Amino acid sequence: MSDTSFVRTEMLPQKAPPSTSVGIIGWARANLFSSPVNVVLTLASLYFVGYVLTSLLPWVFLSVWNADSLTECREIMNETWGSTHGHACWGVVNDRWLQLLYGFYPSELYWRVNLTLVVTLAALAPVLFAEKTPRQMLWLTGAYPFLMPWLLWGGSIWNPVVAALGFVTGYVVYRAVSEIAGSLLAVVATVVAALFWWFVLAAPAAALLSDIVPLTIETVESRKFGGFMLALLLGVVAIGVSLPIGILLALGRQSDLLVVKAMCVGFIEFVRGVPLITLLFVASLLLNVFMPPGTNFDIILRVMIMMTLFSAAYMAEVIRGGLASLPKGQYEGADSLGLNYWQAQRLIIMPQALKISIPGIVSTFISVFKDTTLVSIIGLFDVIGLSTAIRADTSWNGIYWELFAFIAVLFFVVCFSMSRYSMYLERKLQTGHKR
Amino acid sequence: MSDLISDRKIDHSKLQVSDEVAIQITNMNKWYGSFHVLRDINLTVNRGERIVIAGPSGSGKSTMIRCINRLEEHQQGQIIVDGTELTSDLKNIDKIRSEVGMCFQHFNLFPHLTVLENLTLAPIWVRKTPKKEAIETAMHFLEKVKIPDQANKFPGQLSGGQQQRVAIARSLCMKPRIMLFDEPTSALDPEMIKEVLDTMIELAEEGMTMLCVTHEMGFARQVANRVIFMADGQIVEQNEPEEFFNNPKSERTQQFLSQILGH
Ligand SMILES: Nc1ncnc2c1ncn2[C@@H]1O[C@H](COP(=O)(O)OP(=O)(O)O)[C@@H](O)[C@H]1O
Ligand SMILES: [Mg+2]
Repeated sequence: MSDTSFVRTEMLPQKAPPSTSVGIIGWARANLFSSPVNVVLTLASLYFVGYVLTSLLPWVFLSVWNADSLTECREIMNETWGSTHGHACWGVVNDRWLQLLYGFYPSELYWRVNLTLVVTLAALAPVLFAEKTPRQMLWLTGAYPFLMPWLLWGGSIWNPVVAALGFVTGYVVYRAVSEIAGSLLAVVATVVAALFWWFVLAAPAAALLSDIVPLTIETVESRKFGGFMLALLLGVVAIGVSLPIGILLALGRQSDLLVVKAMCVGFIEFVRGVPLITLLFVASLLLNVFMPPGTNFDIILRVMIMMTLFSAAYMAEVIRGGLASLPKGQYEGADSLGLNYWQAQRLIIMPQALKISIPGIVSTFISVFKDTTLVSIIGLFDVIGLSTAIRADTSWNGIYWELFAFIAVLFFVVCFSMSRYSMYLERKLQTGHKR
Repeated sequence: MSDLISDRKIDHSKLQVSDEVAIQITNMNKWYGSFHVLRDINLTVNRGERIVIAGPSGSGKSTMIRCINRLEEHQQGQIIVDGTELTSDLKNIDKIRSEVGMCFQHFNLFPHLTVLENLTLAPIWVRKTPKKEAIETAMHFLEKVKIPDQANKFPGQLSGGQQQRVAIARSLCMKPRIMLFDEPTSALDPEMIKEVLDTMIELAEEGMTMLCVTHEMGFARQVANRVIFMADGQIVEQNEPEEFFNNPKSERTQQFLSQILGH
């Protein structure tokens, strides 16, 4: 039959798909039992998951909650189930959870930590969910870097105010100088003025102001900081500060200015070339050698700086990857419209480069957050340090799993949230068709 | 390649060339490393001129028009655009760029911004136009390129022809006095080429000074008042379109035309 000529006389209506390809059965058929190999893999996986759950669930749920020591736990287990094997002793978490969360922070001041957490979330909201929050909340975000340390460490309200005034001073100087001189000179003058304010004028100004209007809350020393709160504090600071520094480093690495480029490359490669723990030891021991004797450079601040620099180096490389994947046409499009370098970066290049880099950026965030546990090695009592301390207590000597499980859950909640947020953000920023 | 691409009637009485010089290029040379890509370019463009630049691939057409808004830097000679000489002075460069519009082969729209945001971005940030006014201007030009209903879509959701028209509108929003086109239709399907060319013809009728690298010889015949043929980084021949197509002088031009017109 040679029937090459054909004309359709009737157009076909849309039909529903066959029932074997929709619904749960259709889904299972397509995804779990599509071929003999797939059937075997599905069954083997189901068996494995079942095996793990049948040992894990009883350990978690057939467990002792009310006990003041491991010995007491074991007695209760023996009474109830006739064996101590396969049952968790959550008594330790029940007994010490406040310490695991707050470290040695004075218990009558826990509210300040809680308030800080609320303020942190409120300050993050306009950044994370820009279109769902009122713009006025950005004021809180702006005040946050000054408000947060004051709430946690306490002292005179004038300290953070005076610190913030350093930025105001810088801004005023910048505006004044850039009117009469070039932009480079203005930047230099700004930095000099701000540093002069912070290192020379700030302390007397704060003292004077608190003499006039004493507004002081109780001071809490750094050595009392600990527990999961310390991890959150270090994580928030390192993450929040390393992103902008990382952006600048990434841009610096691409710069035409040879000195800037060399400095950025040198910094990035040095920091990525040494383990974080050595940087932390430098922070805890070595910096004292370089400081003038008698200066008290807060240990937590030192650790913050090191963790920030460390993650900034990684951030820079992640962002550089995003920058490299942008087509050259985007730079040319921006240039041809007359946008200057910083406008092009801010409006065209960075939004796209950062969007491409979201998975890498969030991975860096997550690993920085988990790396905060390393501070236990230089003697800070974060959750890991505390768990060791708790085991040193005779009543909880020998308890490992329950403490680590609790710590794991704390970290998992935060890290998983970050991961989900990054997926949400990627979906939200998705424009146009994927080809 | 088709000869007459547009069936549109062109009002030739509107195509006026003034005596005022818009672009003056004298003895311009450029190298990429040791490769002499542009050799002794001399070109004067008066206001209102529509110039089509043709030539084989790699002959330096893109490089030449990209020198005019300093996307590429020339090493010797002089380029004066609208009375301002292009030097390494950043202020001059930004000024010239904001007055010279450019359309690229691959549109170079900003995919993370909507069509409307693409159009208002430069007026707001470079010209400091109030947002409301910038939006009005943007809508005006979107209507002109006949896609006002796409204002709130993202570039990735438009067809190639629509994207190129958005790109033209984006340049027009800066109220440029000169427009540069670098193969604006080369990445488009045939049925979209016409809609872009129509937009460009309209621009010509409004007296825009245009430099256009293109292989659309129909467009060149109908709209250009001068065709420039480049080869090996040099201007080999230039003439009025009639003369250029019917009576090419140099051998290189004849060879090129016979290839491109398929004679
Ligand atoms: N960035 C660059 N570096 C080195 N050579 C280049 C660069 N850009 C273009 N060239 C070379 O310069 C010549 C002219 O390029 P171009 O102006 O793009 O040609 P056309 O647009 O006429 O096809 C080509 O041989 C090309 O390979
Ligand atoms: Mg080209």
